Amino acid sequence: MGLCERCEKAQATFHLTNIHPSGEKSERHLCERCAVEEGFLSQHKPSINVNEYIETFLTTTKASKAAVHLVCDECGLSFVEFRNQGLLGCAHDYDAFREELVKLLQRAHDGATHHVGKAPRSLGVTRTTQQDIQKLKKQLDDAIAGEDYERAAQLRDRIRVLEGE
Amino acid sequence: MNDVLREVAARAGAWMRGEGPMHEIVISSRIRLARNIRGYTFLTRAHDASVRQEICDTLLAAIKRAEVLKEFVHVDVNALDEIDRGMLVERHLISKQHAEASGARAVVFDRVESAAIMVNEEDHLRIQVMRSGLQLDEAWEQINRIDDGIDTRVDYCYHEQFGYLTACPTNVGTGIRVSVMLHLPALRLTSELEKVGQAAKDLKLAVRGLHGEGTEALGDFFQISNQITLGRSEEEIIDDFRSQIIPQIVKYEKMAREALVKSRSYALDDKIWRAIGLLQNSRLMSSNEAMQYLSHVRMGLHVGRMKDIDLQTINELFLQTQPAHLQKLQGSRLNGEQRSIARAEYIRSRLSRN
Repeated sequence: MGLCERCEKAQATFHLTNIHPSGEKSERHLCERCAVEEGFLSQHKPSINVNEYIETFLTTTKASKAAVHLVCDECGLSFVEFRNQGLLGCAHDYDAFREELVKLLQRAHDGATHHVGKAPRSLGVTRTTQQDIQKLKKQLDDAIAGEDYERAAQLRDRIRVLEGE
Repeated sequence: MNDVLREVAARAGAWMRGEGPMHEIVISSRIRLARNIRGYTFLTRAHDASVRQEICDTLLAAIKRAEVLKEFVHVDVNALDEIDRGMLVERHLISKQHAEASGARAVVFDRVESAAIMVNEEDHLRIQVMRSGLQLDEAWEQINRIDDGIDTRVDYCYHEQFGYLTACPTNVGTGIRVSVMLHLPALRLTSELEKVGQAAKDLKLAVRGLHGEGTEALGDFFQISNQITLGRSEEEIIDDFRSQIIPQIVKYEKMAREALVKSRSYALDDKIWRAIGLLQNSRLMSSNEAMQYLSHVRMGLHVGRMKDIDLQTINELFLQTQPAHLQKLQGSRLNGEQRSIARAEYIRSRLSRN
Protein backbone atom coordinates (compact mmCIF):
# COMPACT_ATOMS: atom_id res chain seq x y z
CA MET A 1 0.00 0.00 0.00
CA GLY A 2 1.41 3.34 -1.02
CA LEU A 3 0.74 6.90 -0.06
CA CYS A 4 -1.93 9.01 -1.68
CA GLU A 5 -0.55 10.56 -4.86
CA ARG A 6 -2.42 13.80 -4.27
CA CYS A 7 -1.67 14.77 -0.67
CA GLU A 8 1.27 12.38 -0.22
CA LYS A 9 0.35 12.08 3.44
CA ALA A 10 -2.39 9.56 4.00
CA GLN A 11 -2.45 5.91 2.95
CA ALA A 12 -4.00 5.42 -0.50
CA THR A 13 -7.12 3.33 -0.07
CA PHE A 14 -8.94 4.33 -3.21
CA HIS A 15 -7.59 2.85 -6.44
CA LEU A 16 -9.04 3.82 -9.77
CA THR A 17 -8.18 2.45 -13.18
CA ASN A 18 -9.29 4.57 -16.13
CA ILE A 19 -9.59 2.89 -19.48
CA HIS A 20 -9.52 5.46 -22.24
CA PRO A 21 -11.33 4.96 -25.55
CA SER A 22 -7.92 4.26 -27.12
CA GLY A 23 -7.53 1.29 -24.83
CA GLU A 24 -4.82 3.03 -22.86
CA LYS A 25 -5.02 2.61 -19.08
CA SER A 26 -4.17 5.11 -16.39
CA GLU A 27 -4.27 4.62 -12.64
CA ARG A 28 -5.00 6.88 -9.69
CA HIS A 29 -4.20 6.08 -6.07
CA LEU A 30 -5.86 8.34 -3.53
CA CYS A 31 -6.68 8.47 0.17
CA GLU A 32 -10.33 8.65 1.12
CA ARG A 33 -10.21 12.37 1.78
CA CYS A 34 -8.68 13.25 -1.56
CA ALA A 35 -11.03 10.86 -3.33
CA VAL A 36 -13.90 12.84 -1.81
CA GLU A 37 -12.32 16.15 -2.76
CA GLU A 38 -11.79 14.98 -6.31
CA GLY A 39 -15.39 13.92 -6.48
CA PHE A 40 -14.84 10.16 -6.76
CA LEU A 41 -16.53 9.37 -3.47
CA SER A 42 -19.56 10.96 -1.97
CA GLN A 43 -18.73 12.92 1.12
CA HIS A 44 -21.52 11.67 3.24
CA LYS A 45 -21.70 8.03 4.00
CA PRO A 46 -25.24 6.85 4.57
CA SER A 47 -26.21 8.60 7.77
CA ILE A 48 -25.28 6.43 10.73
CA ASN A 49 -27.33 8.65 13.00
CA VAL A 50 -30.66 7.64 11.69
CA ASN A 51 -31.76 5.19 14.27
CA GLU A 52 -33.89 2.21 13.62
CA TYR A 53 -37.14 4.04 14.36
CA ILE A 54 -36.52 6.55 11.64
CA GLU A 55 -35.36 3.89 9.25
CA THR A 56 -38.49 1.90 9.85
CA PHE A 57 -40.54 5.03 9.40
CA LEU A 58 -38.79 6.05 6.23
CA THR A 59 -39.06 2.67 4.62
CA THR A 60 -42.49 1.60 5.73
CA THR A 61 -44.54 4.75 6.02
CA LYS A 62 -45.88 6.31 2.93
CA ALA A 63 -46.03 10.01 3.47
CA SER A 64 -49.34 11.55 2.54
CA LYS A 65 -49.56 12.62 -1.09
CA ALA A 66 -49.40 16.29 -0.19
CA ALA A 67 -46.21 15.73 1.83
CA VAL A 68 -44.31 14.65 -1.26
CA HIS A 69 -44.57 18.22 -2.55
CA LEU A 70 -43.64 19.94 0.70
CA VAL A 71 -40.64 22.25 0.55
CA CYS A 72 -39.38 24.49 3.34
CA ASP A 73 -39.48 28.08 2.08
CA GLU A 74 -36.60 29.07 4.37
CA CYS A 75 -33.88 26.50 3.65
CA GLY A 76 -35.28 24.92 0.47
CA LEU A 77 -35.20 21.37 1.82
CA SER A 78 -37.95 19.19 0.41
CA PHE A 79 -39.73 16.57 2.46
CA VAL A 80 -38.47 13.93 0.03
CA GLU A 81 -34.86 15.01 0.61
CA PHE A 82 -35.45 14.80 4.34
CA ARG A 83 -36.85 11.30 3.93
CA ASN A 84 -33.75 10.27 2.02
CA GLN A 85 -31.12 11.70 4.35
CA GLY A 86 -32.91 11.61 7.71
CA LEU A 87 -31.72 15.09 8.66
CA LEU A 88 -33.59 18.37 8.64
CA GLY A 89 -32.19 21.58 7.13
CA CYS A 90 -33.34 24.35 9.44
CA ALA A 91 -35.51 25.19 12.43
CA HIS A 92 -38.43 26.17 10.18
CA ASP A 93 -38.64 22.61 8.79
CA TYR A 94 -40.33 21.61 12.02
CA ASP A 95 -43.25 23.85 11.05
CA ALA A 96 -43.06 23.27 7.31
CA PHE A 97 -43.27 19.47 7.76
CA ARG A 98 -45.13 19.57 11.05
CA GLU A 99 -47.92 17.17 10.28
CA GLU A 100 -45.64 14.46 8.88
CA LEU A 101 -43.04 15.01 11.57
CA VAL A 102 -45.52 14.53 14.37
CA LYS A 103 -46.24 11.02 13.06
CA LEU A 104 -42.54 10.28 12.95
CA LEU A 105 -41.89 11.75 16.39
CA GLN A 106 -44.64 9.64 17.90
CA ARG A 107 -42.95 6.52 16.58
CA ALA A 108 -39.47 7.55 17.65
CA HIS A 109 -40.41 8.93 21.05
CA ASP A 110 -42.93 6.47 22.43
CA GLY A 111 -45.99 8.45 21.42
CA ALA A 112 -44.82 11.85 22.64
CA THR A 113 -45.71 14.97 20.68
CA HIS A 114 -44.76 17.77 23.10
CA HIS A 115 -41.52 18.69 24.80
CA VAL A 116 -41.33 18.37 28.56
CA GLY A 117 -38.28 19.73 30.35
CA LYS A 118 -35.77 22.54 30.18
CA ALA A 119 -36.36 25.71 28.14
CA PRO A 120 -33.90 28.49 27.25
CA ARG A 121 -33.52 31.29 29.77
CA SER A 122 -33.39 33.79 26.96
CA LEU A 123 -37.09 33.25 26.32
CA GLY A 124 -37.78 34.41 29.83
CA VAL A 125 -39.52 31.13 30.44
CA THR A 126 -38.77 29.38 33.66
CA ARG A 127 -40.13 25.91 33.66
CA THR A 128 -42.44 24.92 36.41
CA THR A 129 -43.92 21.61 37.32
CA GLN A 130 -47.24 23.16 36.40
CA GLN A 131 -46.12 23.65 32.80
CA ASP A 132 -44.90 20.07 32.62
CA ILE A 133 -48.26 18.88 33.91
CA GLN A 134 -50.07 20.92 31.25
CA LYS A 135 -47.93 19.37 28.52
CA LEU A 136 -48.45 15.88 29.85
CA LYS A 137 -52.19 16.50 29.93
CA LYS A 138 -52.09 17.46 26.25
CA GLN A 139 -50.26 14.22 25.54
CA LEU A 140 -52.82 12.33 27.59
CA ASP A 141 -55.60 13.82 25.45
CA ASP A 142 -53.69 12.79 22.30
CA ALA A 143 -53.20 9.26 23.62
CA ILE A 144 -56.88 8.88 24.47
CA ALA A 145 -57.89 10.29 21.09
CA GLY A 146 -55.55 7.75 19.46
CA GLU A 147 -56.99 4.98 21.65
CA ASP A 148 -53.52 4.22 23.01
CA TYR A 149 -54.74 3.33 26.47
CA GLU A 150 -51.50 1.79 27.66
CA ARG A 151 -49.70 5.07 27.07
CA ALA A 152 -52.62 7.02 28.51
CA ALA A 153 -52.32 5.04 31.73
CA GLN A 154 -48.58 5.78 31.93
CA LEU A 155 -49.21 9.47 31.37
CA ARG A 156 -51.96 9.52 33.98
CA ASP A 157 -49.56 7.99 36.52
CA ARG A 158 -46.88 10.55 35.75
CA ILE A 159 -49.33 13.42 36.08
CA ARG A 160 -50.40 12.06 39.46
CA VAL A 161 -46.80 11.89 40.63
CA LEU A 162 -46.11 15.46 39.50
CA GLU A 163 -49.33 16.75 41.03
CA GLY A 164 -48.33 15.18 44.30
CA GLU A 165 -45.06 17.13 44.35
CA MET B 1 -1.86 23.40 19.66
CA ASN B 2 0.45 20.40 19.30
CA ASP B 3 1.62 20.98 22.86
CA VAL B 4 -1.95 20.83 24.10
CA LEU B 5 -2.52 17.48 22.41
CA ARG B 6 0.82 16.02 23.43
CA GLU B 7 -0.05 16.86 26.99
CA VAL B 8 -3.51 15.32 26.53
CA ALA B 9 -2.06 12.05 25.17
CA ALA B 10 0.25 11.53 28.13
CA ARG B 11 -2.44 11.67 30.81
CA ALA B 12 -5.75 10.00 31.52
CA GLY B 13 -8.82 12.20 31.73
CA ALA B 14 -10.54 12.42 35.11
CA TRP B 15 -13.38 10.24 33.89
CA MET B 16 -10.93 7.39 33.22
CA ARG B 17 -9.58 7.22 36.76
CA GLY B 18 -11.75 4.36 37.94
CA GLU B 19 -13.35 6.32 40.78
CA GLY B 20 -16.87 7.14 41.85
CA PRO B 21 -19.90 5.04 42.78
CA MET B 22 -19.99 1.51 41.33
CA HIS B 23 -16.67 2.18 39.54
CA GLU B 24 -15.80 -1.54 39.50
CA ILE B 25 -18.47 -2.00 36.86
CA VAL B 26 -19.52 1.49 35.75
CA ILE B 27 -16.62 2.96 33.80
CA SER B 28 -18.15 6.33 33.02
CA SER B 29 -21.30 8.45 32.98
CA ARG B 30 -21.79 10.86 30.10
CA ILE B 31 -24.49 13.33 29.19
CA ARG B 32 -24.66 15.32 25.99
CA LEU B 33 -26.99 18.07 24.83
CA ALA B 34 -27.61 18.90 21.17
CA ARG B 35 -28.21 22.60 20.44
CA ASN B 36 -28.58 24.78 17.36
CA ILE B 37 -28.52 28.55 17.20
CA ARG B 38 -31.05 30.85 15.60
CA GLY B 39 -30.31 32.76 12.45
CA TYR B 40 -28.47 29.95 10.64
CA THR B 41 -29.59 26.85 8.79
CA PHE B 42 -28.61 23.51 10.28
CA LEU B 43 -25.27 22.20 9.04
CA THR B 44 -26.95 19.85 6.57
CA ARG B 45 -27.93 22.96 4.56
CA ALA B 46 -24.80 25.01 5.28
CA HIS B 47 -23.21 24.05 1.96
CA ASP B 48 -21.12 27.19 1.69
CA ALA B 49 -17.76 26.83 3.47
CA SER B 50 -17.90 30.47 4.53
CA VAL B 51 -21.24 29.91 6.29
CA ARG B 52 -19.84 26.97 8.23
CA GLN B 53 -16.87 29.13 9.15
CA GLU B 54 -19.15 31.94 10.30
CA ILE B 55 -21.19 29.60 12.50
CA CYS B 56 -17.99 28.17 13.96
CA ASP B 57 -16.53 31.63 14.65
CA THR B 58 -19.76 32.93 16.18
CA LEU B 59 -20.02 29.98 18.52
CA LEU B 60 -16.36 29.99 19.52
CA ALA B 61 -16.61 33.69 20.31
CA ALA B 62 -19.68 33.04 22.49
CA ILE B 63 -17.96 30.13 24.22
CA LYS B 64 -14.85 32.23 24.90
CA ARG B 65 -16.93 34.87 26.63
CA ALA B 66 -18.94 32.46 28.75
CA GLU B 67 -17.70 32.70 32.33
CA VAL B 68 -18.30 28.99 33.04
CA LEU B 69 -15.99 28.01 30.13
CA LYS B 70 -13.10 30.37 30.68
CA GLU B 71 -10.57 27.66 31.57
CA PHE B 72 -11.38 25.62 28.46
CA VAL B 73 -8.94 25.05 25.56
CA HIS B 74 -9.98 25.33 21.91
CA VAL B 75 -8.82 22.93 19.23
CA ASP B 76 -9.38 23.51 15.51
CA VAL B 77 -10.35 19.98 14.44
CA ASN B 78 -10.04 20.83 10.76
CA ALA B 79 -6.35 21.62 11.20
CA LEU B 80 -5.49 18.35 12.93
CA ASP B 81 -3.86 15.36 11.28
CA GLU B 82 -5.45 11.92 11.31
CA ILE B 83 -3.60 10.71 14.42
CA ASP B 84 -4.59 13.69 16.53
CA ARG B 85 -8.20 13.41 15.42
CA GLY B 86 -8.14 9.69 16.16
CA MET B 87 -6.76 10.37 19.60
CA LEU B 88 -9.60 12.76 20.42
CA VAL B 89 -12.09 10.08 19.29
CA GLU B 90 -10.44 7.46 21.48
CA ARG B 91 -10.77 9.81 24.45
CA HIS B 92 -14.44 10.48 23.62
CA LEU B 93 -13.69 14.20 23.27
CA ILE B 94 -15.07 14.17 19.72
CA SER B 95 -17.21 11.70 17.77
CA LYS B 96 -16.01 9.64 14.83
CA GLN B 97 -18.34 11.66 12.65
CA HIS B 98 -16.75 14.92 13.82
CA ALA B 99 -13.27 13.52 13.15
CA GLU B 100 -14.13 12.40 9.64
CA ALA B 101 -16.14 15.45 8.54
CA SER B 102 -14.65 18.33 6.58
CA GLY B 103 -14.85 22.09 6.85
CA ALA B 104 -14.75 24.47 9.81
CA ARG B 105 -15.27 22.63 13.08
CA ALA B 106 -13.81 22.69 16.55
CA VAL B 107 -13.80 21.14 19.99
CA VAL B 108 -13.47 22.98 23.27
CA PHE B 109 -12.62 21.10 26.48
CA ASP B 110 -11.25 21.55 29.97
CA ARG B 111 -7.90 20.26 31.22
CA VAL B 112 -9.36 17.39 33.21
CA GLU B 113 -11.63 16.45 30.29
CA SER B 114 -14.78 16.62 32.38
CA ALA B 115 -16.53 18.50 29.58
CA ALA B 116 -16.16 18.89 25.81
CA ILE B 117 -18.13 20.98 23.34
CA MET B 118 -18.11 20.03 19.68
CA VAL B 119 -18.83 22.93 17.34
CA ASN B 120 -20.33 22.09 13.92
CA GLU B 121 -20.96 18.41 14.37
CA GLU B 122 -24.41 17.20 13.24
CA ASP B 123 -25.82 20.11 15.24
CA HIS B 124 -24.18 23.49 15.78
CA LEU B 125 -23.31 22.49 19.32
CA ARG B 126 -22.90 19.17 21.03
CA ILE B 127 -22.12 19.75 24.70
CA GLN B 128 -20.85 16.76 26.62
CA VAL B 129 -19.94 16.12 30.25
CA MET B 130 -18.12 13.01 31.48
CA ARG B 131 -17.60 11.48 34.92
CA SER B 132 -15.95 8.37 36.31
CA GLY B 133 -18.34 5.79 37.82
CA LEU B 134 -22.06 6.39 38.17
CA GLN B 135 -22.27 10.16 38.70
CA LEU B 136 -25.13 11.30 36.54
CA ASP B 137 -26.42 13.92 38.98
CA GLU B 138 -23.03 15.62 39.07
CA ALA B 139 -22.79 15.40 35.29
CA TRP B 140 -26.26 16.89 34.85
CA GLU B 141 -25.51 19.69 37.28
CA GLN B 142 -22.37 20.65 35.32
CA ILE B 143 -23.84 20.36 31.84
CA ASN B 144 -26.89 22.36 32.88
CA ARG B 145 -24.59 25.13 34.08
CA ILE B 146 -22.55 25.07 30.84
CA ASP B 147 -25.74 25.10 28.76
CA ASP B 148 -27.06 28.10 30.73
CA GLY B 149 -23.69 29.83 30.33
CA ILE B 150 -23.81 29.51 26.54
CA ASP B 151 -27.53 30.32 26.53
CA THR B 152 -26.78 33.81 27.87
CA ARG B 153 -24.50 34.45 24.86
CA VAL B 154 -26.49 32.98 21.95
CA ASP B 155 -30.13 32.30 21.02
CA TYR B 156 -30.92 28.63 20.82
CA CYS B 157 -33.45 27.21 18.33
CA TYR B 158 -36.37 26.39 20.57
CA HIS B 159 -39.93 25.52 19.61
CA GLU B 160 -42.97 25.91 21.82
CA GLN B 161 -44.18 22.39 21.04
CA PHE B 162 -41.03 20.48 20.09
CA GLY B 163 -38.47 21.97 22.50
CA TYR B 164 -34.83 22.27 21.43
CA LEU B 165 -34.67 21.72 17.68
CA THR B 166 -32.08 19.35 16.26
CA ALA B 167 -31.04 18.30 12.76
CA CYS B 168 -32.18 14.75 13.43
CA PRO B 169 -35.73 14.47 14.79
CA THR B 170 -34.64 11.58 17.01
CA ASN B 171 -32.83 14.11 19.23
CA VAL B 172 -35.50 16.80 19.39
CA GLY B 173 -37.05 17.97 22.66
CA THR B 174 -34.46 17.84 25.40
CA GLY B 175 -31.64 17.08 22.94
CA ILE B 176 -30.24 14.89 25.70
CA ARG B 177 -28.31 11.68 25.39
CA VAL B 178 -27.33 9.92 28.57
CA SER B 179 -24.70 7.20 28.08
CA VAL B 180 -23.31 4.94 30.75
CA MET B 181 -20.32 2.74 29.93
CA LEU B 182 -20.25 -0.62 31.67
CA HIS B 183 -17.60 -3.30 32.08
CA LEU B 184 -19.41 -6.65 32.01
CA PRO B 185 -16.83 -9.43 31.63
CA ALA B 186 -18.59 -11.92 33.92
CA LEU B 187 -21.96 -11.60 32.18
CA ARG B 188 -20.17 -12.19 28.93
CA LEU B 189 -18.23 -15.21 30.21
CA THR B 190 -21.43 -16.73 31.60
CA SER B 191 -23.35 -15.94 28.38
CA GLU B 192 -25.92 -13.88 30.26
CA LEU B 193 -25.65 -10.68 28.29
CA GLU B 194 -29.19 -11.03 27.03
CA LYS B 195 -30.27 -9.99 30.54
CA VAL B 196 -28.75 -6.60 29.80
CA GLY B 197 -30.45 -6.40 26.44
CA GLN B 198 -33.81 -7.26 27.94
CA ALA B 199 -33.49 -4.77 30.81
CA ALA B 200 -32.53 -2.05 28.34
CA LYS B 201 -35.31 -2.88 25.92
CA ASP B 202 -37.95 -2.59 28.62
CA LEU B 203 -36.93 1.01 29.18
CA LYS B 204 -36.44 1.68 25.45
CA LEU B 205 -32.71 2.19 25.87
CA ALA B 206 -30.03 1.25 23.35
CA VAL B 207 -27.00 -0.96 24.02
CA ARG B 208 -23.94 -0.18 21.97
CA GLY B 209 -20.18 -0.69 21.79
CA LEU B 210 -17.31 1.39 23.11
CA HIS B 211 -17.50 4.28 20.69
CA GLY B 212 -21.24 4.69 20.42
CA GLU B 213 -23.40 4.37 17.37
CA GLY B 214 -22.39 1.81 14.79
CA THR B 215 -19.59 0.26 16.84
CA GLU B 216 -19.29 -3.21 18.26
CA ALA B 217 -18.72 -4.03 21.86
CA LEU B 218 -15.00 -4.47 22.47
CA GLY B 219 -13.39 -6.27 25.35
CA ASP B 220 -16.57 -6.60 27.38
CA PHE B 221 -17.45 -2.89 27.36
CA PHE B 222 -21.01 -1.81 26.69
CA GLN B 223 -22.68 1.53 26.48
CA ILE B 224 -26.30 2.03 27.47
CA SER B 225 -28.05 5.16 26.23
CA ASN B 226 -31.52 6.65 25.93
CA GLN B 227 -33.31 6.93 22.60
CA ILE B 228 -36.32 8.94 23.67
CA THR B 229 -35.69 12.67 23.94
CA LEU B 230 -39.20 14.10 23.53
CA GLY B 231 -42.00 14.11 26.09
CA ARG B 232 -39.87 13.26 29.09
CA SER B 233 -37.86 15.73 31.13
CA GLU B 234 -34.09 15.54 31.55
CA GLU B 235 -34.52 14.49 35.17
CA GLU B 236 -36.93 11.68 34.28
CA ILE B 237 -34.59 10.35 31.60
CA ILE B 238 -31.60 10.45 33.96
CA ASP B 239 -33.62 8.78 36.68
CA ASP B 240 -34.22 5.69 34.52
CA PHE B 241 -30.46 5.16 34.56
CA ARG B 242 -29.70 6.21 38.10
CA SER B 243 -32.40 4.36 39.95
CA GLN B 244 -33.45 1.64 37.55
CA ILE B 245 -31.33 0.12 34.85
CA ILE B 246 -27.76 0.71 35.99
CA PRO B 247 -28.14 -0.62 39.56
CA GLN B 248 -29.95 -3.62 38.09
CA ILE B 249 -27.21 -4.47 35.58
CA VAL B 250 -24.51 -3.86 38.20
CA LYS B 251 -26.30 -6.36 40.41
CA TYR B 252 -26.40 -8.96 37.60
CA GLU B 253 -22.69 -8.50 36.87
CA LYS B 254 -21.80 -8.80 40.56
CA MET B 255 -23.85 -11.98 40.86
CA ALA B 256 -22.16 -13.41 37.78
CA ARG B 257 -18.73 -12.53 39.23
CA GLU B 258 -19.61 -14.18 42.55
CA ALA B 259 -20.91 -17.26 40.78
CA LEU B 260 -17.68 -17.55 38.79
CA VAL B 261 -15.53 -17.23 41.92
CA LYS B 262 -17.65 -19.77 43.75
CA SER B 263 -18.22 -22.48 41.21
CA ARG B 264 -15.74 -21.98 38.37
CA SER B 265 -12.72 -20.53 40.11
CA TYR B 266 -10.21 -22.56 38.08
CA ALA B 267 -11.66 -21.42 34.80
CA LEU B 268 -11.82 -17.84 36.08
CA ASP B 269 -8.25 -17.86 37.40
CA ASP B 270 -7.04 -19.38 34.17
CA LYS B 271 -8.58 -16.54 32.16
CA ILE B 272 -7.12 -13.89 34.45
CA TRP B 273 -3.62 -15.35 34.74
CA ARG B 274 -3.36 -16.23 31.08
CA ALA B 275 -4.33 -12.67 30.29
CA ILE B 276 -1.60 -11.15 32.45
CA GLY B 277 0.89 -13.68 31.09
CA LEU B 278 0.12 -12.66 27.54
CA LEU B 279 0.22 -8.95 28.37
CA GLN B 280 3.61 -9.33 30.07
CA ASN B 281 5.21 -11.51 27.42
CA SER B 282 3.74 -10.99 23.95
CA ARG B 283 5.79 -9.54 21.13
CA LEU B 284 2.87 -8.70 18.85
CA MET B 285 -0.53 -7.59 20.09
CA SER B 286 -3.56 -6.19 18.27
CA SER B 287 -5.73 -3.61 20.00
CA ASN B 288 -8.71 -5.99 20.24
CA GLU B 289 -6.53 -8.59 21.89
CA ALA B 290 -5.14 -6.03 24.31
CA MET B 291 -8.66 -4.89 25.22
CA GLN B 292 -9.73 -8.46 25.93
CA TYR B 293 -6.77 -9.31 28.16
CA LEU B 294 -6.85 -5.98 29.98
CA SER B 295 -10.55 -6.57 30.57
CA HIS B 296 -9.87 -9.94 32.23
CA VAL B 297 -7.08 -8.50 34.37
CA ARG B 298 -9.31 -5.62 35.43
CA MET B 299 -11.96 -8.07 36.56
CA GLY B 300 -9.30 -10.21 38.29
CA LEU B 301 -8.17 -7.22 40.34
CA HIS B 302 -11.72 -6.26 41.26
CA VAL B 303 -12.71 -9.75 42.41
CA GLY B 304 -9.48 -10.08 44.38
CA ARG B 305 -8.04 -13.03 42.43
CA MET B 306 -4.96 -11.01 41.52
CA LYS B 307 -3.18 -8.38 43.62
CA ASP B 308 0.26 -7.27 42.49
CA ILE B 309 -0.83 -5.32 39.45
CA ASP B 310 -1.65 -1.62 39.65
CA LEU B 311 -5.28 -1.03 38.73
CA GLN B 312 -4.61 2.53 37.60
CA THR B 313 -2.00 1.26 35.11
CA ILE B 314 -4.56 -1.17 33.69
CA ASN B 315 -7.15 1.60 33.35
CA GLU B 316 -4.65 3.81 31.52
CA LEU B 317 -3.57 1.01 29.19
CA PHE B 318 -7.11 0.64 27.85
CA LEU B 319 -6.67 4.07 26.36
CA GLN B 320 -2.99 4.24 25.59
CA THR B 321 -2.91 1.01 23.60
CA GLN B 322 -5.51 2.22 21.12
CA PRO B 323 -4.09 2.95 17.65
CA ALA B 324 -4.00 6.75 17.65
CA HIS B 325 -2.71 7.04 21.22
CA LEU B 326 -0.01 4.51 20.53
CA GLN B 327 1.19 6.45 17.49
CA LYS B 328 1.02 9.74 19.35
CA LEU B 329 3.09 8.35 22.23
CA GLN B 330 5.62 6.86 19.78
CA GLY B 331 5.71 10.14 17.91
CA SER B 332 5.37 8.53 14.49
CA ARG B 333 2.91 7.02 12.05
CA LEU B 334 2.92 3.22 12.24
CA ASN B 335 1.37 0.53 10.07
CA GLY B 336 -0.65 -2.34 11.52
CA GLU B 337 2.27 -4.64 12.24
CA GLN B 338 4.44 -1.85 13.62
CA ARG B 339 1.58 -0.91 15.92
CA SER B 340 1.26 -4.49 17.17
CA ILE B 341 4.99 -4.54 17.95
CA ALA B 342 4.92 -1.12 19.63
CA ARG B 343 1.77 -2.01 21.59
CA ALA B 344 3.24 -5.28 22.91
CA GLU B 345 6.45 -3.47 23.85
CA TYR B 346 4.63 -0.63 25.57
CA ILE B 347 2.39 -2.96 27.58
CA ARG B 348 5.43 -5.03 28.65
CA SER B 349 7.22 -1.89 29.80
CA ARG B 350 4.21 -0.75 31.85
CA LEU B 351 3.57 -4.17 33.41
CA SER B 352 7.13 -5.37 33.91
CA ARG B 353 7.80 -7.29 37.10
CA ASN B 354 10.75 -5.40 38.52
